Amino acid sequence: METVTITMKNQPALYLEADNVSPDVFAGKTAAQIADLHVFEGNAKGKLGAYFDVNGNAGATAADTRIVVKGDVKKVKYLGMKMSAGEVVVEGSTDQYAGAWMSGGKMVVRGNAEAFAATAMKGGELVIEGNAGNYLGAAYRGDWRGMSGGKILVKGNAGSDVGMYMLGGEIAINGNVDVHVATHAEGGRVIIKGNAKSKIGGQLVDGEIIIFGSIDVMMPGFKYVDDKELEVDGAKAKFAHYIGDTGERHKKRKGQMIYGNLYKKI
Amino acid sequence: MSEYLIKNGHVFDPVQGIKGDKKDIAIKDGKIVDKVSSDAKVIDAKGRTVMAGAVEIHAHIAGPKVNMGRIYRPEDKLFSCTPTKGMERMGGGYSIPTTFKTGYEYAKMGYTTAMEAAMPPLFSRHVHEEIRDTPIIDEGAFPVFGNNWFVMEYLKNNEIENTAAYVAWLLRATKGYAVKLVNPGGTEAWAWGLNCLSVNDPVPYFDITPAEIIKGLIEANEFLGLPHSIHIHPNNLGNPGNYTTTLDTLKLAEGYKAKNKFGREQVMHLTHAQFHSYGGETWANFESKAKEITDYVNRNKNITIDTGNVTLDETTTMTADGPFEHHLTELNHLKWANIDVELETGSGVVPYIYSPNISVCAIQWAIGLELALMTKDSMRCFITTDHPNAGPFTRYPRVIKWLMSAKAREAQINAFKHKDKVLSASSIGSLDREITLYELAQMTRAGPAKSLGLTHICGGLKPGMDADVVVYDFNPEKPVASPDLIEKAFSRAAHVFKNGVEVVQNGEIVSNGNKRTLWVDAKVKENPQVMRDINDKFLKFYSMTQANYEALGHHFIPNPLAIEVDATQV
Repeated sequence: METVTITMKNQPALYLEADNVSPDVFAGKTAAQIADLHVFEGNAKGKLGAYFDVNGNAGATAADTRIVVKGDVKKVKYLGMKMSAGEVVVEGSTDQYAGAWMSGGKMVVRGNAEAFAATAMKGGELVIEGNAGNYLGAAYRGDWRGMSGGKILVKGNAGSDVGMYMLGGEIAINGNVDVHVATHAEGGRVIIKGNAKSKIGGQLVDGEIIIFGSIDVMMPGFKYVDDKELEVDGAKAKFAHYIGDTGERHKKRKGQMIYGNLYKKI
Repeated sequence: MSEYLIKNGHVFDPVQGIKGDKKDIAIKDGKIVDKVSSDAKVIDAKGRTVMAGAVEIHAHIAGPKVNMGRIYRPEDKLFSCTPTKGMERMGGGYSIPTTFKTGYEYAKMGYTTAMEAAMPPLFSRHVHEEIRDTPIIDEGAFPVFGNNWFVMEYLKNNEIENTAAYVAWLLRATKGYAVKLVNPGGTEAWAWGLNCLSVNDPVPYFDITPAEIIKGLIEANEFLGLPHSIHIHPNNLGNPGNYTTTLDTLKLAEGYKAKNKFGREQVMHLTHAQFHSYGGETWANFESKAKEITDYVNRNKNITIDTGNVTLDETTTMTADGPFEHHLTELNHLKWANIDVELETGSGVVPYIYSPNISVCAIQWAIGLELALMTKDSMRCFITTDHPNAGPFTRYPRVIKWLMSAKAREAQINAFKHKDKVLSASSIGSLDREITLYELAQMTRAGPAKSLGLTHICGGLKPGMDADVVVYDFNPEKPVASPDLIEKAFSRAAHVFKNGVEVVQNGEIVSNGNKRTLWVDAKVKENPQVMRDINDKFLKFYSMTQANYEALGHHFIPNPLAIEVDATQV
């Protein structure tokens, strides 16, 4: 695997849209060709090389390409967008849409990632070592197709609207989350090791929410069924099992209504 | 104005019966002429196809319903935005493009005239502001009459002359072009939570049937002698087994003859026939009844139709058929918007994905093509996608490919997941007809222009007509190496002239032209009763005053072209 290191040298005055920073785009290109790729600062089109020092050539394919992003990229959006293979490592914190629409490969953000990380993610792995913003693994604005595959791990906390319209895959959050979790979801699994606030699983059609900490306000559409022992990350624990959202439409399988499941650790 | 001479192209013009002969087309002062001076700019069209500008007879491209779609579907703009480029302003949207993108995309495909298919009269000002902001193409809009309180009250007592006077007044107030009916009576019934699924279902409160509304509006339309006939989206759209409702609707036109000075022969235009040609009782035994519909259309010359081809895309459905959109959101669970327009109409909007992996969608695809291939007279069957309902209008080149190439159809059929079901539920597999370029010119130019009563202006290349001329990079003398080349050629015209101004060159916009708004100015005898009724309704029911209702003046209609009819002597 070849490594391309890009290091911020000239901070943009506005936010920088760097959707070309992805192993799929870099693949087969030399450092000079990569520096020549375009970015947008506001409505002005510029070159990646005008903002970043680029070192190293990319591999022949996306899978052979590893991108390391250094320096302060808190004002850079769309890093790793639509990546299908390879690796992206952001050494600091980054702005919105990190790993959005990614379908494979691995992306690691060592700091925090702002809102809309992993929007409509289809596959691969996203690790955020700091905190995640709002709408993690959610659908794009207006869309009804959220994250459908892959894995997200947030080592810190996450904001509101995690997994909105989620269809599949897994989101694990080691810390706490803000309001609205897996709203409208029709599949997938959200694991919250910390505490949750309110509106957990609103309009949940199908899918699974597992909460280890507290829930401030439970949705009225959820109904307690039984206690269940679950194994999460290799550790067994006992959970109160709820089904819902009973106010929402649900599919039937073999004459049985299929509800979403919410597990809260006892 | 400049002169042009388009030399040595293969000309296809049904208006003059020209079938691919090598001919020169001369343009002077915005019109087609017999000859031009030696100063004329010469366009070499050798080995290329030359046609008149295409005429869109039915698309939802302007107004509150379209804008509702734009507003509530930001995801439709995702990855589909085009930046400012040369003459072009920025645009965006796939199934519901911005006004600017709408104008550019039509022009690039060689379309120079388009009709907005459903204008809610109360919001005609909004419709005209969007038409104004859609560059290049001439546009008209059809106000909807099929659920209008005035119309239902007059027709309940069979007052044809009063209906006609009201139609004339509304066309003038809204700067409308034709009489549109959408689910007649059904949208009004929807305000009571009901619908009219047959032509004989009574409309609640008004105690009138869709059949009476349809027949009454045919009579009023012919009383006035309007350029276009009534333009109908019948009851029971989109339901299995609805072809009987469609036949019942078509039969209502029997016995009526077109009365107008424009050369129009039909008294009823059936729109997006694909959505109305369904057999079966449920989605499980859903099947095509395109044969039954086209058999009827082939026998009855007073009908024209457009297809409403399904293009197998993700799109946004929108119609004044409010109850249908509710039905659709119950089926696909996608977001639903519903609008009621006081006294006049309503509408709904729901996104829809026509997936080639779903048998119903694939059969719908087959039905749209069958209608075009089974209609014998191409002057009476026009290509549409009911944009954006069955697919975006930008897919016309692909529809043309499927119609012109049996091989392309076969490739698509083989790509369907439920191929056998498509073949057993329709006869698409046994149709080997391939539409010729002449027939294509009939279906997209001369035919719709005649149906709209615009033969004297557009749809042909006869000297005296507006110089709307298109040159396609398509050599009719050479065998087509791959059907995809048909799609490519009709996607981006080599040259497009609108009113004698070159607006497209090699598929790029080179001028924003001087677009016009087409409307029908119908003069009728003074009718104090209708004027009093209008005044009364504004005082009693409308939430705006009559003074704020009319679409008037330079802001709304900067460049009008009024088509005049005089019914004062009738």
